[in-house]
Amino acid sequence: MLTVFLQFLFSGLTVGSVYALVGMGFNIIYNATSIINLAQGEFVVIGGLLMWFFLESCKLPFLLAVALTILSAGLVALIMERLTIRPLKTNDLLIMIMVTVAVAIVMRGLLMFKFGKEPYSFAAFTEGDPLVIGGAVIQLQTLWVLGITGTCILALYAFFNLTIAGKAMRACSFDPTAASLVGIPVSRMIMFSFILSAMVGAIGGIAITPISLMEYDKGPMLAVKGFCAAMMGGLGRGRGAVVGGLTIGVLESMTAGYIHSGLKDAVALLILLSILFFRPAGLFGNAAMQRLKGH
Amino acid sequence: MMNFFKATLAVTLLLMISVSFAAAQEPIRIGAILSVTGAASFLGEPEKNTVIMLKEQINKAGGINGRPLEVIVEDSKSDETQAVLAAKKLIERDKVVAIIGPSTTGESMAVISTMMQNKVMLISAAAGTGITLPVKERYWIFKTAQYDMSAVEAIYYELKKKGIVKVGIITITTGFGDAGRKALQEIASQYGISIVADERYGPKDSDMTAQLTKIRAAGAQAVINWSVGPGQVVVTKNWHALKMGIPLYQSHGWGSKKNIELAGKAAEGVIAPLGRVVIWDKLPEKHIQKALLKKYVTEYEARFKGEPGQFGAHAYDAMQMIAEALKKVGPDRQKLRDYVENNLKNWPGAGGVYNMSPSDHCGLDKNAFEMVVVKNGDWMLLK
Amino acid sequence: MVYALPNLTDDSYFITLMIFSGINAIVAIGLCILMGSAGQVSLGQAGFYGIGAYASSVLSQSFGLPVVISMLCAAVISGIAAVILAAPSLRLKGHYLAVATLGFGEIIHIILNEFGPGGPSGFGDIPALSAGGFVLTTPAHVAWVVWGILLLLMIFSLNMLNARPGRALRALHGSETACNAMGLDVVGLKIKVFVLSAVYASIAGSLYAHYVSFISPSSFTLFHSVLLLMMVVLGGITTVWGGLVGAVIITLLPETLKAFEELDVLVYGLILTLSLLFLRRGIVPIVTAKIHSLLVRRNA
Repeated sequence: MLTVFLQFLFSGLTVGSVYALVGMGFNIIYNATSIINLAQGEFVVIGGLLMWFFLESCKLPFLLAVALTILSAGLVALIMERLTIRPLKTNDLLIMIMVTVAVAIVMRGLLMFKFGKEPYSFAAFTEGDPLVIGGAVIQLQTLWVLGITGTCILALYAFFNLTIAGKAMRACSFDPTAASLVGIPVSRMIMFSFILSAMVGAIGGIAITPISLMEYDKGPMLAVKGFCAAMMGGLGRGRGAVVGGLTIGVLESMTAGYIHSGLKDAVALLILLSILFFRPAGLFGNAAMQRLKGH
Repeated sequence: MMNFFKATLAVTLLLMISVSFAAAQEPIRIGAILSVTGAASFLGEPEKNTVIMLKEQINKAGGINGRPLEVIVEDSKSDETQAVLAAKKLIERDKVVAIIGPSTTGESMAVISTMMQNKVMLISAAAGTGITLPVKERYWIFKTAQYDMSAVEAIYYELKKKGIVKVGIITITTGFGDAGRKALQEIASQYGISIVADERYGPKDSDMTAQLTKIRAAGAQAVINWSVGPGQVVVTKNWHALKMGIPLYQSHGWGSKKNIELAGKAAEGVIAPLGRVVIWDKLPEKHIQKALLKKYVTEYEARFKGEPGQFGAHAYDAMQMIAEALKKVGPDRQKLRDYVENNLKNWPGAGGVYNMSPSDHCGLDKNAFEMVVVKNGDWMLLK
Repeated sequence: MVYALPNLTDDSYFITLMIFSGINAIVAIGLCILMGSAGQVSLGQAGFYGIGAYASSVLSQSFGLPVVISMLCAAVISGIAAVILAAPSLRLKGHYLAVATLGFGEIIHIILNEFGPGGPSGFGDIPALSAGGFVLTTPAHVAWVVWGILLLLMIFSLNMLNARPGRALRALHGSETACNAMGLDVVGLKIKVFVLSAVYASIAGSLYAHYVSFISPSSFTLFHSVLLLMMVVLGGITTVWGGLVGAVIITLLPETLKAFEELDVLVYGLILTLSLLFLRRGIVPIVTAKIHSLLVRRNA
């Protein structure tokens, strides 16, 4: 009985860690711009597919492939921000969000053109049999994903709270005008936030591809789940996305295990909705902060 | 006056000659509605390639009795609305004499009323039972994909031989998975099999361990997964990681070398009913399908990336049926339909040996499948 | 009556495009009122569209109700669903309202997948549109009905927006606090607008189902909700004409891009991106402003 429960839990953590990584990317851009970047899922796909390209097609060493993949994703984000977000010069969030939708469609078109429609995968980071805990198995790659998620959180926390650049980036979100008055280059900060979130997305893509495979049109589903994770934890809260993602993942697998697998997404969404209704700022959100930001 | 009459006659004659001359060169048009992009692009891609390749071969060999064959491929984007629009366009604008596709059951169902109203033959590449049944209301509709029921029968027949009576099924929540699920449930009792767990997952889900754990806890003696796309690889990997100790059966959608490649050693021992197009090289030389499959698969693989697989074969057969009918009875919508219904007996195709009749617009049964197991990274006939 | 209307063209492909444009436009103008006038975002409009399609199909097919009655019942059901969703969602704003509606739309999709007749495979043989014994058989007749309903809803919407409710809505978009201070029933107003947009979507969904005669859950996804949003933003959210124009463009665009074959997704995305960048306010507001300035110059 306990074994079965543990297995559901591990399965939930595997899925949840994927959502958490995507959710974190949403938070970075949201923190700097208040934009919801719906192309976030595509960055994850770019991560997975480019990693395959560098690793399996170009036969590059693992770490070099990782570095190239992350840099390329950052470059794509830079181009995206320069060509679409910056020239927009509007405060209308709706338009900006729709632009990210349109950009996501362009990226999907390009990915399909380059990689075709079939799924891709590469070997897990470490070879070996899955870990057995209390009779339940957990894949080694899941541990990698969890570890990477944790590292990203710590790194981002340190960046946003301890470095000048990070603090400046947060200031841009609270009040762009005031931020520029105190000499923060707001538009450069927005660009950095896009690059950073794309890199986090790409890291996520690299980490999850051995588990879930990657194909050109996985982005929208990842974006929706990641968005829900970020919302559940409270938009803009780094660790909120992680807790949100893991919560949704575990809820899904518990529903699949104990209720009915066809309803797993519905139950997770219902719980998300009730959290929104009863605690609109999310589990970790701060209501006063939300008012300050005018949302 | 006489001169004028003569001149008119000459011009008319000249016109008639040029018209008939043009007619000889005028291509015969058929249409194809395929899910080239979108969620079902894994079906539409090989189907489109196959259709294009066959068209070129037919035209190179002199076309249809001297007239070139033109195939207009419409991408339905795996979307039912787009499929309906494509059917209307092909019939109204392009005046096609028959249509191949659509690739999925949902899209095929969506275009049926259009085809029936316009009296144009459709040879669907999708498997759903409702596409060709009830035959009375599907006068213009045929399909080349085997019934899901046939694949299920092939699996259940195998299970019965092994004395397995309790199975857990896990299906994808798309039309493909749902059709398989219904077929699995419908005829389980005929084979003395009881379904002890009925699990599902979404097309983009990344882990199915929870569902498989539940199947194991329910005491199943075998797992049957019904899906196409990445889901079947993820299930295979999870099944392997859990060391479930019971065999895993996949649907006929499993028949791609790519799946073995992606699942790696996890794929070892996975059993599935597959069409002969996947294992043509393992067939005995004298098999009725061997020669045409060898030609089809080798030419396809030489020209395109990847393999035609089960789904390419559906388009292959649809195209060959229409081409043969066109050669025999000409580009007449009614005659084409009648030919396909009545004249394809013991007709070897890539998907199986067809026996079309007024009561069966599919013409395939479970003999279209071979039970195949994955061994050392390759297919092996299960005997 | 419809039978008496002329057949303007025999090209049923073109007519079918017009039918789908009209159906999308009905949803889009509802969304326009919700977003442009009341300032609320919905990512769940496909949910109401799906309820309209399924409820009307089931009522007319399984329960044998006349199609018109089924459509009205479906609209009522969608309205009730909208009230249930609106009541708790109204406390939410911006992204949070968006995610609440997104969640609603996805839940509807899952319910249709799990419990809808036919499950993910969908179901067919849905009765054609009919009223009082007249069955609409040809696409041309359906097109007249769809565009007729669209016209009626347009007139209704324009009248409403120009009268007292419209002014209240615009005030709501401007400042909710001021509205409260002025004694406007903000909550009631928001619920009404939400229900109105849901009813529009439901009617469109019913029309779709009875025309195509086959539906499956895959037509009622988040992707469709986003597409509807795109129509409204592209056309211009400040006027219901924007919804109409946006819907027609977005429906026709993929058809005209067929020539690009596999690159059509790419070209489609590029066109959307460029239009959003350069026609930020929406096509209709920009064009009307241009015409207006031309007229003013001529008069001056």
